[in-house]
Amino acid sequence: MKSGIINKTIYDVDKIRKDFPILESMIHGKPLCYLDNAATTQKPKSVIASDVNYYTHLNSNIHRGVHSLSEAATKAYEDARIRVQKFINASSEKEIIFTRGTTESINLVAQTLGRSILKEGDEIIISTMEHHSNIVPWQLIAAEKKAKIKIIPIIDKGDLILDEYRKLLSPKTKIVSVVYVSNSLGTINDVETIISLAHKQNIPVLLDAAQAVNHLPVDVQKLDCDFLAFSGHKLYGPTGIGVLYGKSHYLESMPPYQGGGDMISKVTFEETTFNSLPYKFEAGTSNIAGTIGLGAAIDYVNTIGINNIAAYEHKLLEYATEELLKINGLRIIGQSDNKCSLISFVLDNIHPHDVGTFLDFEGIAIRTGHHCTQPLMDRFGVPATSRASFGLYNTKYEVDILAAGIKKIIEVFK
Amino acid sequence: MDSELRELYQQVILDHNKSPRNFKKLENANFEAEGYNPLCGDRIDIFLVVEDDIIKDISFQGSGCAISKASASLMTHMLKGKSRKEAEELFVKFHDLITGKLGDNPSLDELGKLAVFAGVKEFPARVKCASLAWHTMHSALNKEEKVISTE
Repeated sequence: MKSGIINKTIYDVDKIRKDFPILESMIHGKPLCYLDNAATTQKPKSVIASDVNYYTHLNSNIHRGVHSLSEAATKAYEDARIRVQKFINASSEKEIIFTRGTTESINLVAQTLGRSILKEGDEIIISTMEHHSNIVPWQLIAAEKKAKIKIIPIIDKGDLILDEYRKLLSPKTKIVSVVYVSNSLGTINDVETIISLAHKQNIPVLLDAAQAVNHLPVDVQKLDCDFLAFSGHKLYGPTGIGVLYGKSHYLESMPPYQGGGDMISKVTFEETTFNSLPYKFEAGTSNIAGTIGLGAAIDYVNTIGINNIAAYEHKLLEYATEELLKINGLRIIGQSDNKCSLISFVLDNIHPHDVGTFLDFEGIAIRTGHHCTQPLMDRFGVPATSRASFGLYNTKYEVDILAAGIKKIIEVFK
Repeated sequence: MDSELRELYQQVILDHNKSPRNFKKLENANFEAEGYNPLCGDRIDIFLVVEDDIIKDISFQGSGCAISKASASLMTHMLKGKSRKEAEELFVKFHDLITGKLGDNPSLDELGKLAVFAGVKEFPARVKCASLAWHTMHSALNKEEKVISTE
């Protein structure tokens, strides 16, 4: 397989690929060409080993036992929290809440902050390019509180219209919740401007960073976001583990999300005192193995360096965009100048589902459908797109395989 | 092309996808329904003219993948002139075909041209594509007023 684009001494993609056992798989007799990283990323050996190690040597419940295993598991779990804190540069590990994923993180904020501050007639601002997970939680709480949802529109290229956003902000706005990087378009939104405009009116901003943390360096203090949500499995970590970062003064003021063990400090049948941060929001036994696995994934990303990953993936995106645009009848949906490494496309007269099935027979895994962004599909007037999304282990050679596969489909459907 | 893939995308299916038959709205339809597959966003409208229990005319409109479009096209071709009962029976047989319930060597006489969909059984994710038009036809004949879905 051809090697990377960047100088080998800096970015050795062949070596990196060896860290991911699944990349050796054969699909329909062809080597797996995994281009569905925006759905989930593959796991390096170190993350897989972390899971095995936990269940082999550490398994016990955390924060409760006085025995050695429980202490060791608690330490590993809390070490993972510190890794997350450093990874996104939060000022304290108390601001890192473990959840099941981005979806739960957003629901947590909607159900706690949303429920406590929203009143009839208040407004929540989201954007046209939100994933359903940053639409539906707000619809649920808005319906309950008779609040309204306002939508930041986008231009055809796939960028948010910030002048329209400015006009939407008003004393009625109580929360702004927007996607950092679009999972359907790849657009990297100008979240700094979004945040600073909201802060002028003291409105908290939540960033859905599910597609950001694996592609870009993210510094929550520099961004000054009030909340940031992401999932472990899109960051080369396990499924079922996610993070909610929140500024401590917000987290302190918010009521608990779920009640149960671990989130209390004292319980009587008359009254319960809640535990301090971050435990107030972590009811019940957590996904301990998954949390420790997320820590291992962050270690892995750090050994390569997120800046190196971002630079490499950007070159790959440029190459893929150039190659795909050479194909007659292929249109890219989402052509922002500021994009992460994914390409949504449609082919004249060929439905994305047919594209997905054909490419599968070439060993190529892509996502076809609406990508959980139906309002965005409506905005572009398409029922679905095909999406190739790249990760730190993808190569130019795989882009060539994709382009060849697409040309083959066009031939069959002629 | 891989043989399994060729089995799914037979020439007949590609032809019907490219030039679907009965692809129009029937202004005099006395039965109609809208079908929707939330997984892929495919949408289909089925129109029927039924007189004395016989399907005098049938058509469809909408957007979808090659499998769903060809299935709708062939369905309209097959059902014209059939009684409601025969249409429903064919639906059951067709559904058994694409879900692999007819076994490896099914008798395909009754299915006629629909036999080209035998390859779908190897692609569980595409069963919904092939059956959307039929579910919608069934819904139209039973006058279910809501938008039906394959979910």
